[in-house]
Amino acid sequence: MKRTVITVVGKDKVGIIARICTYLADNGINILDISQTIVQEFFNMMMIVDMSKAPKSFEEISDELEQIGKEIGVIIKAQREDIFDKMHRI
Amino acid sequence: MINLYEVIETNKMIEQENLDVRTITLGISLLDCAGPDLSTVNQKIYDKITRIAKDLVSVGNKIQKEYGIPIVNKRIAVTPISLIGASCCRTIDDYVSIAKTLDKAAEDVGVNFIGGFSAIVSKSMTAADELLIRSIPRALAGTNRVCSSVNVGSTRTGIDMNAVKLLGEIILQTAELTKEQDSIGCAKFVVFCNAPDDNPFMAGAFHGISEGDAVINVGVSGPGVVKKALEDVRGADFETLCETIKKTAFKITRVGQLVAQEASKLLNIPFGIVDLSLAPTPAVGDSVAEILQEMGLEYAGAPGTTAALALLNDQVKKGGIMASSFVGGLSGAFIPVSEDQGMIDAVEAGALTLEKLEAMTCVCSVGLDMIAIPGDTKASTISGIIADEMAIGMVNQKTTAVRIIPVFGKNVGDRVEFGGLLGHAPIMPVNKFGCENFINRGGRIPAPVHSFKN
Repeated sequence: MKRTVITVVGKDKVGIIARICTYLADNGINILDISQTIVQEFFNMMMIVDMSKAPKSFEEISDELEQIGKEIGVIIKAQREDIFDKMHRI
Repeated sequence: MINLYEVIETNKMIEQENLDVRTITLGISLLDCAGPDLSTVNQKIYDKITRIAKDLVSVGNKIQKEYGIPIVNKRIAVTPISLIGASCCRTIDDYVSIAKTLDKAAEDVGVNFIGGFSAIVSKSMTAADELLIRSIPRALAGTNRVCSSVNVGSTRTGIDMNAVKLLGEIILQTAELTKEQDSIGCAKFVVFCNAPDDNPFMAGAFHGISEGDAVINVGVSGPGVVKKALEDVRGADFETLCETIKKTAFKITRVGQLVAQEASKLLNIPFGIVDLSLAPTPAVGDSVAEILQEMGLEYAGAPGTTAALALLNDQVKKGGIMASSFVGGLSGAFIPVSEDQGMIDAVEAGALTLEKLEAMTCVCSVGLDMIAIPGDTKASTISGIIADEMAIGMVNQKTTAVRIIPVFGKNVGDRVEFGGLLGHAPIMPVNKFGCENFINRGGRIPAPVHSFKN
């Protein structure tokens, strides 16, 4: 199972998580872990998700998440988990 | 499991500190394209490159998208063309036609550079080698994407001074033929000592004869990341400084290793090496010189620069080697002038001279790189500069290179603008004293003794 990390960075407001989770649920993407913090009024969130049952391609999901980010005024990125794992774990 | 702070750190490196994979370079052997008929050879070369490299760009883009890491360049390196053309090229035009084939193939698969219009003449030149070298000015002037290199020496063989002499003239001819674009042809040509077979970086990339049929080599980058990490340890002692560089180099290289393995899997081409080099770009915050400044130097070139560069180079290797299963290429810190804003500033401030750069090349990868000099510099002087740099490589058992641009019609005080990754540079003064009688001797310098090191 290839896991994906979704990061959300932006100014904090109501409904960010709700909006993203709705999209993930609608697209068959399972959330394995969520953590979030506020750094200097900026909302930082990370989700580890499993996309293996999602009918859409990684590219489509990534583009659509980016678009949702634009609509709600935050930056959303989807990246394969390996890049973080490789960098921070031996 | 990965935590939020680690994710934020990685993404900060990418978004704010210019961490990127500088190049995925696909090495392709053209040995099986050689033959007696030039047009058949050209056709075979075109067919093989476009067949093997057809998915290179799309795979590079896919990896970029999935991992969120920019992959700046997708490139191709081929077998030194002097070997491929040896049995079918009788004239300069013949070799130029192969250069044009490479250019067309590169354009059609969408890569920005193709390296390997090269000759390996560490002991002496064959007739084919010499013909290829003589065709370099026209090959580079008549193509956009072709890069050329000549290896004129090695620790095992010594230095072919006949080739060094010839290349002084060839560099001047290349400068003149591309004078309309600030002699940009010379920016696509490198002279080497101890050239590696698996270097993924241009302009010196070629697919050495020790390599297999096709291979993926990856060059990582990230001087901005190292600079940023060092900002957090300002004033700390050398142990802390070195540990910080080492750990940062490890992280950067792990990304390169991941990208190389992924590209290898998707293209079904074996993974060769990761090149650990810190490669700067003209962008602010992507500079090796700024790392040296962060270590405590007013400018690159100030006293202490050679020591600072030596430790940087060594720590990058120490950190990077553990991060990758195969390390190769040039692996170290690059110190090009025109491609590094901090180096340009140092030259303009009067802190950095050609002589200091030469000293710096004794302790880092590559050598005199992307240096613009007056267009009226004599061929013998250019040969003398090359000979000095080759001697450093030969004696110290390391790769050295010269990529020098005598800018046609320009002099000290003028500037050149190459654009893009090649950047811009002030014209640097060159020592005016002659070396004709030395260069004109001809023959070769013998290999150095491998014992009695001091």
